[in-house]
Amino acid sequence: MKKIDYPFKREQIRELKVGDMVLLSGTLLTGRDAVHKRLHEGVKPPVSLENQIIYHCGPVVIEDAKNKKYEVKAAGPTTSIREEPYQWEVMRDYGILGVIGKGGMGAKTLKGCQEYGCVYFHAIGGAAQVLAERIKSVKNVYWRDLGSPEAIWELEVEDFPVVVTMDSHGGSLHDEVQSSSEAKLKELL
Amino acid sequence: MTRKKKAAKKKVVKKKAATKKKSADQNLSESLLELIRTTSTVLPDDIQRVILKALKKEEKKSSAEYALQIIKANIELAKKKSQPICQDTGTILFFVSHPVGFDQGKFTKTCHKAVLAATKIGYLRQNSVDSLTGKNDSMNIGPGHPSIHFHEHKKKSIEIRLMLKGGGCENVGAQYAMPYTGLNAGRDLDGVRKVILDAIVKAQGKGCGPGVLGICIGGDRGSGFIESKEQLLRPLDDKNPEPSLKKLERDITETANKLGIGPMGFGGTTTLLGCKIGVLNRLPASYFVSISYMCWAYRRQGVLLKSNSTVSKWLY
Ligand code: SF4
Repeated sequence: MKKIDYPFKREQIRELKVGDMVLLSGTLLTGRDAVHKRLHEGVKPPVSLENQIIYHCGPVVIEDAKNKKYEVKAAGPTTSIREEPYQWEVMRDYGILGVIGKGGMGAKTLKGCQEYGCVYFHAIGGAAQVLAERIKSVKNVYWRDLGSPEAIWELEVEDFPVVVTMDSHGGSLHDEVQSSSEAKLKELL
Repeated sequence: MTRKKKAAKKKVVKKKAATKKKSADQNLSESLLELIRTTSTVLPDDIQRVILKALKKEEKKSSAEYALQIIKANIELAKKKSQPICQDTGTILFFVSHPVGFDQGKFTKTCHKAVLAATKIGYLRQNSVDSLTGKNDSMNIGPGHPSIHFHEHKKKSIEIRLMLKGGGCENVGAQYAMPYTGLNAGRDLDGVRKVILDAIVKAQGKGCGPGVLGICIGGDRGSGFIESKEQLLRPLDDKNPEPSLKKLERDITETANKLGIGPMGFGGTTTLLGCKIGVLNRLPASYFVSISYMCWAYRRQGVLLKSNSTVSKWLY
Protein backbone atom coordinates (compact mmCIF):
# COMPACT_ATOMS: atom_id res chain seq x y z
CA MET A 1 0.00 0.00 0.00
CA LYS A 2 1.37 3.42 -0.98
CA LYS A 3 0.32 6.72 0.45
CA ILE A 4 0.41 9.89 -1.57
CA ASP A 5 -0.29 13.23 0.03
CA TYR A 6 -1.12 16.64 -1.37
CA PRO A 7 0.55 18.59 -2.93
CA PHE A 8 1.00 15.74 -5.41
CA LYS A 9 4.24 15.70 -7.37
CA ARG A 10 5.02 14.56 -10.89
CA GLU A 11 7.96 12.43 -9.70
CA GLN A 12 5.73 10.45 -7.36
CA ILE A 13 3.26 9.85 -10.14
CA ARG A 14 5.96 8.66 -12.51
CA GLU A 15 7.07 6.11 -9.94
CA LEU A 16 3.67 4.45 -9.87
CA LYS A 17 3.12 1.20 -11.70
CA VAL A 18 0.09 -0.76 -12.78
CA GLY A 19 -1.29 -2.75 -9.83
CA ASP A 20 -0.10 -0.30 -7.15
CA MET A 21 -2.66 0.19 -4.40
CA VAL A 22 -2.67 3.78 -3.27
CA LEU A 23 -4.28 5.87 -0.58
CA LEU A 24 -4.64 9.49 -1.67
CA SER A 25 -4.94 12.32 0.83
CA GLY A 26 -5.50 15.97 0.05
CA THR A 27 -7.35 17.79 -2.66
CA LEU A 28 -9.24 16.22 -5.55
CA LEU A 29 -11.26 18.05 -8.18
CA THR A 30 -14.30 16.35 -9.65
CA GLY A 31 -14.90 16.64 -13.35
CA ARG A 32 -17.04 14.58 -15.64
CA ASP A 33 -18.70 14.94 -19.04
CA ALA A 34 -19.70 18.60 -19.04
CA VAL A 35 -16.41 19.80 -17.56
CA HIS A 36 -14.35 17.90 -20.10
CA LYS A 37 -16.50 19.12 -22.93
CA ARG A 38 -16.15 22.71 -21.81
CA LEU A 39 -12.39 22.43 -21.46
CA HIS A 40 -12.27 20.88 -24.90
CA GLU A 41 -14.18 23.86 -26.27
CA GLY A 42 -11.35 26.04 -25.04
CA VAL A 43 -12.89 27.59 -21.93
CA LYS A 44 -10.21 28.23 -19.31
CA PRO A 45 -10.67 26.25 -16.09
CA PRO A 46 -11.92 28.31 -13.11
CA VAL A 47 -9.17 26.89 -10.90
CA SER A 48 -5.63 25.85 -11.83
CA LEU A 49 -5.45 22.19 -12.79
CA GLU A 50 -1.66 22.16 -12.62
CA ASN A 51 -0.52 19.13 -10.60
CA GLN A 52 -4.09 18.26 -9.68
CA ILE A 53 -5.99 15.00 -9.92
CA ILE A 54 -9.39 14.95 -11.58
CA TYR A 55 -12.01 12.58 -10.22
CA HIS A 56 -14.66 11.31 -12.64
CA CYS A 57 -17.51 11.59 -10.19
CA GLY A 58 -20.89 13.21 -9.91
CA PRO A 59 -21.29 13.43 -6.15
CA VAL A 60 -24.56 13.65 -4.28
CA VAL A 61 -24.06 16.76 -2.16
CA ILE A 62 -26.46 18.11 0.42
CA GLU A 63 -26.15 21.84 0.67
CA ASP A 64 -26.76 24.04 3.65
CA ALA A 65 -26.80 27.28 1.66
CA LYS A 66 -27.12 29.58 4.66
CA ASN A 67 -23.99 28.35 6.39
CA LYS A 68 -22.23 27.60 3.10
CA LYS A 69 -21.75 24.04 4.27
CA TYR A 70 -21.81 20.94 2.15
CA GLU A 71 -22.11 17.30 3.00
CA VAL A 72 -21.15 14.61 0.52
CA LYS A 73 -23.72 11.82 0.69
CA ALA A 74 -22.36 9.57 -2.03
CA ALA A 75 -19.34 9.90 -4.25
CA GLY A 76 -18.56 6.79 -6.24
CA PRO A 77 -16.70 6.91 -9.54
CA THR A 78 -18.50 7.13 -12.85
CA THR A 79 -17.53 5.35 -16.07
CA SER A 80 -14.40 7.02 -17.44
CA ILE A 81 -14.44 5.93 -21.04
CA ARG A 82 -16.86 8.74 -21.93
CA GLU A 83 -13.98 11.21 -21.45
CA GLU A 84 -11.70 9.26 -23.78
CA PRO A 85 -11.91 11.85 -26.61
CA TYR A 86 -10.85 14.72 -24.32
CA GLN A 87 -8.70 13.36 -21.51
CA TRP A 88 -5.33 13.42 -23.26
CA GLU A 89 -5.88 17.08 -24.21
CA VAL A 90 -6.54 18.00 -20.60
CA MET A 91 -3.31 16.20 -19.70
CA ARG A 92 -1.42 18.13 -22.39
CA ASP A 93 -2.92 21.58 -21.87
CA TYR A 94 -3.48 21.88 -18.14
CA GLY A 95 -0.75 19.85 -16.47
CA ILE A 96 -2.92 17.46 -14.48
CA LEU A 97 -1.19 14.51 -12.83
CA GLY A 98 -3.89 11.97 -13.29
CA VAL A 99 -7.50 10.99 -13.17
CA ILE A 100 -9.62 8.73 -10.97
CA GLY A 101 -12.56 6.82 -12.38
CA LYS A 102 -13.81 3.36 -13.14
CA GLY A 103 -13.66 0.96 -16.04
CA GLY A 104 -10.35 2.26 -17.40
CA MET A 105 -9.68 4.28 -20.53
CA GLY A 106 -8.41 3.74 -24.05
CA ALA A 107 -5.34 4.13 -26.21
CA LYS A 108 -5.44 7.94 -26.49
CA THR A 109 -5.43 8.39 -22.73
CA LEU A 110 -2.74 5.76 -22.27
CA LYS A 111 -0.56 7.63 -24.74
CA GLY A 112 -1.33 10.86 -22.89
CA CYS A 113 -0.24 9.24 -19.61
CA GLN A 114 3.04 8.27 -21.23
CA GLU A 115 3.73 11.57 -22.94
CA TYR A 116 2.77 13.89 -20.09
CA GLY A 117 3.60 11.72 -17.06
CA CYS A 118 0.13 10.94 -15.75
CA VAL A 119 -1.70 7.93 -14.29
CA TYR A 120 -5.17 6.49 -14.23
CA PHE A 121 -6.40 5.50 -10.79
CA HIS A 122 -9.28 3.05 -10.55
CA ALA A 123 -11.67 3.57 -7.65
CA ILE A 124 -13.97 0.79 -6.48
CA GLY A 125 -17.20 1.06 -8.45
CA GLY A 126 -20.34 1.14 -6.37
CA ALA A 127 -18.57 1.70 -3.05
CA ALA A 128 -20.52 4.91 -2.48
CA GLN A 129 -20.53 4.84 1.31
CA VAL A 130 -16.88 3.96 1.91
CA LEU A 131 -15.75 6.60 -0.57
CA ALA A 132 -18.09 9.27 0.80
CA GLU A 133 -16.66 8.62 4.25
CA ARG A 134 -13.14 9.30 3.04
CA ILE A 135 -14.22 12.73 1.83
CA LYS A 136 -13.63 14.98 4.78
CA SER A 137 -14.92 18.26 3.44
CA VAL A 138 -15.92 20.29 0.42
CA LYS A 139 -13.53 23.19 0.00
CA ASN A 140 -15.09 24.88 -2.97
CA VAL A 141 -17.32 24.45 -5.96
CA TYR A 142 -16.82 25.88 -9.46
CA TRP A 143 -18.93 25.91 -12.61
CA ARG A 144 -22.11 25.39 -10.65
CA ASP A 145 -24.03 26.37 -13.78
CA LEU A 146 -23.34 22.89 -15.12
CA GLY A 147 -25.61 21.44 -12.45
CA SER A 148 -24.59 19.84 -9.18
CA PRO A 149 -23.34 16.44 -10.41
CA GLU A 150 -21.45 18.04 -13.32
CA ALA A 151 -19.84 20.93 -11.43
CA ILE A 152 -16.20 20.99 -10.30
CA TRP A 153 -16.19 20.11 -6.61
CA GLU A 154 -12.99 20.69 -4.71
CA LEU A 155 -12.90 17.86 -2.20
CA GLU A 156 -10.62 17.27 0.74
CA VAL A 157 -10.05 13.53 1.05
CA GLU A 158 -8.21 11.29 3.45
CA ASP A 159 -6.91 7.83 2.54
CA PHE A 160 -9.01 7.67 -0.58
CA PRO A 161 -8.49 4.09 -1.87
CA VAL A 162 -7.52 3.58 -5.52
CA VAL A 163 -5.59 1.15 -7.70
CA VAL A 164 -3.27 2.25 -10.51
CA THR A 165 -4.55 0.55 -13.65
CA MET A 166 -2.78 2.72 -16.28
CA ASP A 167 0.66 4.13 -15.65
CA SER A 168 3.05 6.61 -17.27
CA HIS A 169 5.20 3.79 -18.67
CA GLY A 170 2.63 2.53 -21.14
CA GLY A 171 1.24 -0.14 -18.80
CA SER A 172 -2.49 -0.79 -18.77
CA LEU A 173 -4.00 -3.43 -16.53
CA HIS A 174 -7.15 -3.23 -18.68
CA ASP A 175 -5.25 -4.16 -21.83
CA GLU A 176 -3.39 -6.93 -19.99
CA VAL A 177 -6.51 -8.52 -18.52
CA GLN A 178 -8.39 -8.08 -21.79
CA SER A 179 -5.84 -9.95 -23.87
CA SER A 180 -5.13 -12.65 -21.29
CA SER A 181 -8.85 -13.32 -20.74
CA GLU A 182 -9.50 -13.44 -24.48
CA ALA A 183 -6.69 -15.95 -24.92
CA LYS A 184 -8.02 -18.00 -22.02
CA LEU A 185 -11.52 -17.92 -23.49
CA LYS A 186 -10.27 -19.38 -26.76
CA GLU A 187 -8.75 -22.23 -24.78
CA LEU A 188 -11.92 -22.88 -22.81
CA LEU A 189 -14.45 -22.71 -25.65
CA MET B 1 -65.88 7.36 36.10
CA THR B 2 -66.23 11.09 35.63
CA ARG B 3 -67.76 12.37 32.46
CA LYS B 4 -64.46 13.81 31.34
CA LYS B 5 -62.64 10.52 31.73
CA LYS B 6 -65.40 8.69 29.92
CA ALA B 7 -65.17 11.08 27.04
CA ALA B 8 -61.44 10.64 26.93
CA LYS B 9 -61.80 6.89 26.89
CA LYS B 10 -64.28 7.11 24.07
CA LYS B 11 -61.85 9.20 22.11
CA VAL B 12 -59.13 6.59 22.52
CA VAL B 13 -61.45 3.86 21.34
CA LYS B 14 -62.45 5.95 18.36
CA LYS B 15 -58.85 6.61 17.51
CA LYS B 16 -58.06 2.92 17.66
CA ALA B 17 -60.87 2.16 15.28
CA ALA B 18 -59.60 4.82 12.91
CA THR B 19 -56.10 3.33 12.95
CA LYS B 20 -57.54 -0.03 12.15
CA LYS B 21 -59.64 1.30 9.34
CA LYS B 22 -56.87 3.01 7.46
CA SER B 23 -54.65 0.03 8.08
CA ALA B 24 -54.68 -2.05 4.90
CA ASP B 25 -53.67 0.86 2.64
CA GLN B 26 -51.46 2.53 5.15
CA ASN B 27 -49.81 -0.77 6.01
CA LEU B 28 -49.12 -1.49 2.38
CA SER B 29 -47.37 1.85 1.85
CA GLU B 30 -45.35 1.33 5.00
CA SER B 31 -44.42 -2.21 4.00
CA LEU B 32 -43.41 -1.02 0.53
CA LEU B 33 -41.30 1.82 1.91
CA GLU B 34 -39.54 -0.59 4.26
CA LEU B 35 -39.03 -2.99 1.36
CA ILE B 36 -37.40 -0.21 -0.68
CA ARG B 37 -35.26 0.94 2.24
CA THR B 38 -34.03 -2.56 3.00
CA THR B 39 -33.37 -3.39 -0.64
CA SER B 40 -31.36 -0.23 -1.21
CA THR B 41 -29.32 -0.38 1.98
CA VAL B 42 -28.90 -4.02 3.03
CA LEU B 43 -27.42 -6.66 0.74
CA PRO B 44 -29.28 -9.99 1.13
CA ASP B 45 -27.53 -12.78 3.05
CA ASP B 46 -27.22 -15.15 0.10
CA ILE B 47 -25.24 -12.52 -1.82
CA GLN B 48 -23.13 -11.43 1.15
CA ARG B 49 -22.13 -15.02 1.79
CA VAL B 50 -20.67 -15.52 -1.70
CA ILE B 51 -18.87 -12.17 -1.59
CA LEU B 52 -17.21 -13.12 1.70
CA LYS B 53 -16.29 -16.50 0.29
CA ALA B 54 -14.76 -14.81 -2.76
CA LEU B 55 -12.76 -12.47 -0.53
CA LYS B 56 -11.14 -15.44 1.21
CA LYS B 57 -10.19 -16.98 -2.11
CA GLU B 58 -8.38 -14.00 -3.62
CA GLU B 59 -4.62 -13.80 -3.32
CA LYS B 60 -3.57 -11.89 -0.21
CA LYS B 61 -2.50 -8.30 -0.79
CA SER B 62 -3.66 -8.37 -4.42
CA SER B 63 -5.74 -5.57 -5.87
CA ALA B 64 -8.56 -8.08 -6.29
CA GLU B 65 -8.58 -8.75 -2.55
CA TYR B 66 -8.36 -5.02 -1.91
CA ALA B 67 -11.40 -4.36 -4.10
CA LEU B 68 -13.44 -7.01 -2.30
CA GLN B 69 -12.37 -5.68 1.09
CA ILE B 70 -13.66 -2.24 0.18
CA ILE B 71 -16.87 -3.79 -1.14
CA LYS B 72 -17.28 -5.66 2.14
CA ALA B 73 -16.69 -2.50 4.16
CA ASN B 74 -19.16 -0.65 1.96
CA ILE B 75 -21.86 -3.26 2.54
CA GLU B 76 -21.38 -2.98 6.30
CA LEU B 77 -21.34 0.82 6.28
CA ALA B 78 -24.46 1.13 4.13
CA LYS B 79 -26.38 -1.11 6.50
CA LYS B 80 -25.15 0.75 9.56
CA LYS B 81 -25.99 4.16 8.12
CA SER B 82 -29.15 3.01 6.38
CA GLN B 83 -27.87 4.66 3.20
CA PRO B 84 -27.86 3.31 -0.38
CA ILE B 85 -25.20 0.63 -0.97
CA CYS B 86 -24.46 2.21 -4.35
CA GLN B 87 -25.33 5.71 -5.47
CA ASP B 88 -26.92 4.35 -8.62
CA THR B 89 -30.12 3.02 -7.13
CA GLY B 90 -31.01 1.69 -10.53
CA THR B 91 -34.12 0.65 -12.36
CA ILE B 92 -36.84 -0.11 -9.85
CA LEU B 93 -38.31 -3.51 -10.70
CA PHE B 94 -41.24 -4.90 -8.74
CA PHE B 95 -42.43 -8.48 -9.20
CA VAL B 96 -45.79 -9.03 -7.53
CA SER B 97 -47.39 -12.46 -7.10
CA HIS B 98 -51.00 -12.10 -6.05
CA PRO B 99 -54.26 -14.06 -5.72
CA VAL B 100 -57.27 -13.83 -8.03
CA GLY B 101 -59.20 -10.60 -7.64
CA PHE B 102 -56.24 -8.47 -6.56
CA ASP B 103 -56.59 -4.79 -7.49
CA GLN B 104 -53.51 -4.08 -9.61
CA GLY B 105 -54.44 -0.45 -10.29
CA LYS B 106 -54.72 0.35 -6.63
CA PHE B 107 -51.46 -1.41 -5.88
CA THR B 108 -49.72 0.58 -8.60
CA LYS B 109 -50.89 3.85 -7.07
CA THR B 110 -49.69 2.92 -3.59
CA CYS B 111 -46.45 1.69 -5.06
CA HIS B 112 -45.84 5.01 -6.83
CA LYS B 113 -46.41 6.84 -3.57
CA ALA B 114 -43.92 4.62 -1.76
CA VAL B 115 -41.31 5.18 -4.49
CA LEU B 116 -41.85 8.91 -4.24
CA ALA B 117 -41.46 8.85 -0.46
CA ALA B 118 -38.30 6.71 -0.71
CA THR B 119 -36.85 9.14 -3.27
CA LYS B 120 -37.54 12.10 -1.00
CA ILE B 121 -35.83 10.41 1.95
CA GLY B 122 -32.88 9.42 -0.24
CA TYR B 123 -33.21 5.63 -0.24
CA LEU B 124 -33.55 6.07 -3.99
CA ARG B 125 -31.71 8.57 -6.16
CA GLN B 126 -33.69 10.67 -8.66
CA ASN B 127 -32.94 8.29 -11.41
CA SER B 128 -35.64 8.50 -14.03
CA VAL B 129 -35.11 10.69 -17.06
CA ASP B 130 -37.52 11.69 -19.81
CA SER B 131 -35.95 10.03 -22.82
CA LEU B 132 -36.85 12.85 -25.23
CA THR B 133 -36.17 15.96 -23.20
CA GLY B 134 -33.50 14.57 -20.87
CA LYS B 135 -35.35 16.07 -17.93
CA ASN B 136 -35.04 14.38 -14.57
CA ASP B 137 -37.73 15.83 -12.38
CA SER B 138 -40.23 13.05 -12.03
CA MET B 139 -38.92 11.58 -8.78
CA ASN B 140 -38.68 8.14 -10.35
CA ILE B 141 -42.26 8.08 -11.61
CA GLY B 142 -42.88 8.03 -15.36
CA PRO B 143 -43.67 5.77 -18.28
CA GLY B 144 -42.19 2.38 -17.42
CA HIS B 145 -40.92 3.61 -14.04
CA PRO B 146 -41.13 1.92 -11.68
CA SER B 147 -41.37 -1.26 -13.67
CA ILE B 148 -44.08 -3.45 -12.08
CA HIS B 149 -44.66 -7.05 -13.15
CA PHE B 150 -47.76 -8.85 -11.90
CA HIS B 151 -48.25 -12.60 -11.70
CA GLU B 152 -51.50 -14.19 -10.58
CA HIS B 153 -51.04 -17.30 -8.48
CA LYS B 154 -53.38 -19.83 -6.89
CA LYS B 155 -52.27 -19.02 -3.35
CA LYS B 156 -54.05 -16.52 -1.12
CA SER B 157 -50.86 -14.67 -0.24
CA ILE B 158 -49.24 -11.59 -1.74
CA GLU B 159 -45.52 -11.71 -2.38
CA ILE B 160 -43.65 -8.62 -3.51
CA ARG B 161 -40.11 -8.81 -4.76
CA LEU B 162 -38.03 -5.78 -5.56
CA MET B 163 -34.85 -5.48 -7.55
CA LEU B 164 -32.78 -2.31 -7.96
CA LYS B 165 -30.66 -2.76 -11.03
CA GLY B 166 -27.96 -0.22 -11.76
CA GLY B 167 -27.19 1.27 -15.15
CA GLY B 168 -23.58 0.14 -15.36
CA CYS B 169 -24.48 -3.52 -15.19
CA GLU B 170 -27.65 -3.17 -17.27
CA ASN B 171 -25.52 -1.67 -20.05
CA VAL B 172 -23.47 -4.85 -20.36
CA GLY B 173 -26.49 -7.12 -20.77
CA ALA B 174 -26.55 -8.87 -24.15
CA GLN B 175 -28.84 -10.81 -26.44
CA TYR B 176 -27.56 -13.31 -28.97
CA ALA B 177 -29.58 -14.62 -31.92
CA MET B 178 -28.46 -18.16 -32.54
CA PRO B 179 -26.71 -19.51 -34.46
CA TYR B 180 -24.01 -16.96 -33.70
CA THR B 181 -21.49 -17.50 -36.42
CA GLY B 182 -18.76 -15.28 -34.95
CA LEU B 183 -18.15 -17.89 -32.27
CA ASN B 184 -19.34 -20.90 -34.18
CA ALA B 185 -22.13 -21.17 -31.62
CA GLY B 186 -25.08 -23.32 -32.68
CA ARG B 187 -28.59 -23.82 -31.40
CA ASP B 188 -27.73 -26.12 -28.52
CA LEU B 189 -26.41 -25.85 -24.98
CA ASP B 190 -22.83 -25.88 -26.20
CA GLY B 191 -23.61 -22.85 -28.35
CA VAL B 192 -25.39 -21.20 -25.42
CA ARG B 193 -22.30 -21.75 -23.27
CA LYS B 194 -20.10 -20.09 -25.87
CA VAL B 195 -22.12 -16.90 -26.13
CA ILE B 196 -22.51 -16.57 -22.36
CA LEU B 197 -18.74 -16.79 -21.87
CA ASP B 198 -18.28 -14.30 -24.69
CA ALA B 199 -20.62 -11.87 -22.93
CA ILE B 200 -18.62 -12.22 -19.71
CA VAL B 201 -15.36 -11.37 -21.46
CA LYS B 202 -16.98 -8.38 -23.16
CA ALA B 203 -18.43 -7.11 -19.87
CA GLN B 204 -15.05 -6.96 -18.12
CA GLY B 205 -14.13 -3.78 -16.35
CA LYS B 206 -17.69 -2.53 -16.78
CA GLY B 207 -20.67 -3.20 -14.61
CA CYS B 208 -18.74 -3.54 -11.34
CA GLY B 209 -17.85 -7.21 -11.09
CA PRO B 210 -17.91 -9.75 -9.61
CA GLY B 211 -21.51 -10.21 -10.63
CA VAL B 212 -24.22 -12.74 -11.31
CA LEU B 213 -25.81 -13.64 -14.63
CA GLY B 214 -29.53 -14.14 -15.19
CA ILE B 215 -30.10 -15.91 -18.47
CA CYS B 216 -33.05 -16.95 -20.59
CA ILE B 217 -32.86 -19.42 -23.44
CA GLY B 218 -35.72 -18.87 -25.88
CA GLY B 219 -38.71 -16.53 -25.78
CA ASP B 220 -38.88 -13.47 -28.00
CA ARG B 221 -36.55 -10.51 -27.65
CA GLY B 222 -38.80 -8.92 -25.03
CA SER B 223 -39.88 -11.89 -22.94
CA GLY B 224 -36.35 -13.28 -23.01
CA PHE B 225 -34.92 -10.28 -21.23
CA ILE B 226 -37.72 -10.20 -18.66
CA GLU B 227 -37.20 -13.87 -17.88
CA SER B 228 -33.45 -13.29 -17.58
CA LYS B 229 -34.19 -10.73 -14.85
CA GLU B 230 -36.66 -13.05 -13.13
CA GLN B 231 -33.90 -15.64 -12.96
CA LEU B 232 -32.04 -13.14 -10.77
CA LEU B 233 -34.85 -13.47 -8.22
CA ARG B 234 -33.82 -17.05 -7.49
CA PRO B 235 -31.84 -17.51 -4.27
CA LEU B 236 -28.19 -17.67 -5.20
CA ASP B 237 -27.72 -21.09 -3.57
CA ASP B 238 -30.75 -22.84 -5.09
CA LYS B 239 -30.43 -25.68 -7.58
CA ASN B 240 -31.91 -25.64 -11.03
CA PRO B 241 -34.47 -28.49 -11.22
CA GLU B 242 -33.47 -29.20 -14.82
CA PRO B 243 -30.27 -31.31 -14.68
CA SER B 244 -28.78 -30.03 -17.94
CA LEU B 245 -29.22 -26.41 -16.84
CA LYS B 246 -27.93 -27.14 -13.36
CA LYS B 247 -24.80 -28.51 -14.97
CA LEU B 248 -24.50 -25.54 -17.31
CA GLU B 249 -24.94 -23.01 -14.49
CA ARG B 250 -22.10 -24.58 -12.57
CA ASP B 251 -19.93 -24.92 -15.65
CA ILE B 252 -20.40 -21.24 -16.56
CA THR B 253 -19.50 -20.04 -13.08
CA GLU B 254 -16.44 -22.27 -12.84
CA THR B 255 -15.23 -21.47 -16.34
CA ALA B 256 -15.78 -17.73 -15.90
CA ASN B 257 -13.64 -17.80 -12.80
CA LYS B 258 -10.80 -19.31 -14.81
CA LEU B 259 -10.73 -16.30 -17.15
CA GLY B 260 -8.72 -14.21 -14.70
CA ILE B 261 -10.85 -11.07 -15.08
CA GLY B 262 -11.41 -10.67 -11.35
CA PRO B 263 -13.19 -8.05 -9.24
CA MET B 264 -13.50 -4.71 -11.09
CA GLY B 265 -11.54 -6.32 -13.92
CA PHE B 266 -8.33 -6.04 -11.85
CA GLY B 267 -7.43 -9.68 -12.52
CA GLY B 268 -8.05 -12.43 -9.96
CA THR B 269 -10.05 -15.55 -9.31
CA THR B 270 -13.55 -14.13 -8.82
CA THR B 271 -15.17 -13.00 -12.02
CA LEU B 272 -18.65 -14.43 -11.51
CA LEU B 273 -20.52 -15.15 -8.28
CA GLY B 274 -23.21 -17.25 -9.89
CA CYS B 275 -25.34 -17.94 -12.91
CA LYS B 276 -29.07 -18.67 -13.21
CA ILE B 277 -30.59 -20.04 -16.39
CA GLY B 278 -34.25 -20.34 -17.34
CA VAL B 279 -36.03 -21.46 -20.50
CA LEU B 280 -39.03 -20.21 -22.48
CA ASN B 281 -40.52 -21.76 -25.56
CA ARG B 282 -39.45 -20.15 -28.81
CA LEU B 283 -40.49 -20.01 -32.44
CA PRO B 284 -38.90 -22.61 -34.68
CA ALA B 285 -37.34 -19.68 -36.54
CA SER B 286 -35.68 -17.99 -33.58
CA TYR B 287 -33.38 -18.97 -30.76
CA PHE B 288 -32.40 -16.14 -28.44
CA VAL B 289 -30.05 -16.21 -25.51
CA SER B 290 -30.80 -13.18 -23.33
CA ILE B 291 -28.29 -12.25 -20.67
CA SER B 292 -28.78 -9.84 -17.79
CA TYR B 293 -25.79 -8.96 -15.70
CA MET B 294 -26.15 -8.01 -12.05
CA CYS B 295 -23.26 -6.21 -10.37
CA TRP B 296 -21.93 -7.05 -6.90
CA ALA B 297 -24.40 -4.50 -5.51
CA TYR B 298 -27.08 -7.15 -6.00
CA ARG B 299 -29.99 -5.36 -4.48
CA ARG B 300 -33.07 -7.51 -4.31
CA GLN B 301 -35.40 -8.31 -1.48
CA GLY B 302 -38.94 -9.50 -1.05
CA VAL B 303 -41.77 -9.65 1.43
CA LEU B 304 -44.67 -11.95 2.09
CA LEU B 305 -47.60 -9.88 3.29
CA LYS B 306 -50.17 -10.72 5.94
CA SER B 307 -53.83 -10.15 5.12
CA ASN B 308 -53.58 -6.65 6.65
CA SER B 309 -50.59 -5.90 4.35
CA THR B 310 -47.98 -5.83 7.09
CA VAL B 311 -44.81 -7.84 6.51
CA SER B 312 -45.13 -11.45 7.57
CA LYS B 313 -41.81 -12.68 6.25
CA TRP B 314 -38.73 -11.46 4.39
CA LEU B 315 -38.04 -13.62 1.38
CA TYR B 316 -34.23 -13.44 1.19
S1 SF4 C 1 -22.83 -1.31 -11.84
FE1 SF4 C 1 -23.76 -1.67 -9.86
S2 SF4 C 1 -22.21 -1.23 -8.30
FE2 SF4 C 1 -21.53 -0.36 -10.26
S3 SF4 C 1 -22.20 1.76 -10.19
FE3 SF4 C 1 -23.78 0.60 -11.26
S4 SF4 C 1 -25.26 -0.04 -9.68
FE4 SF4 C 1 -23.38 0.64 -8.65
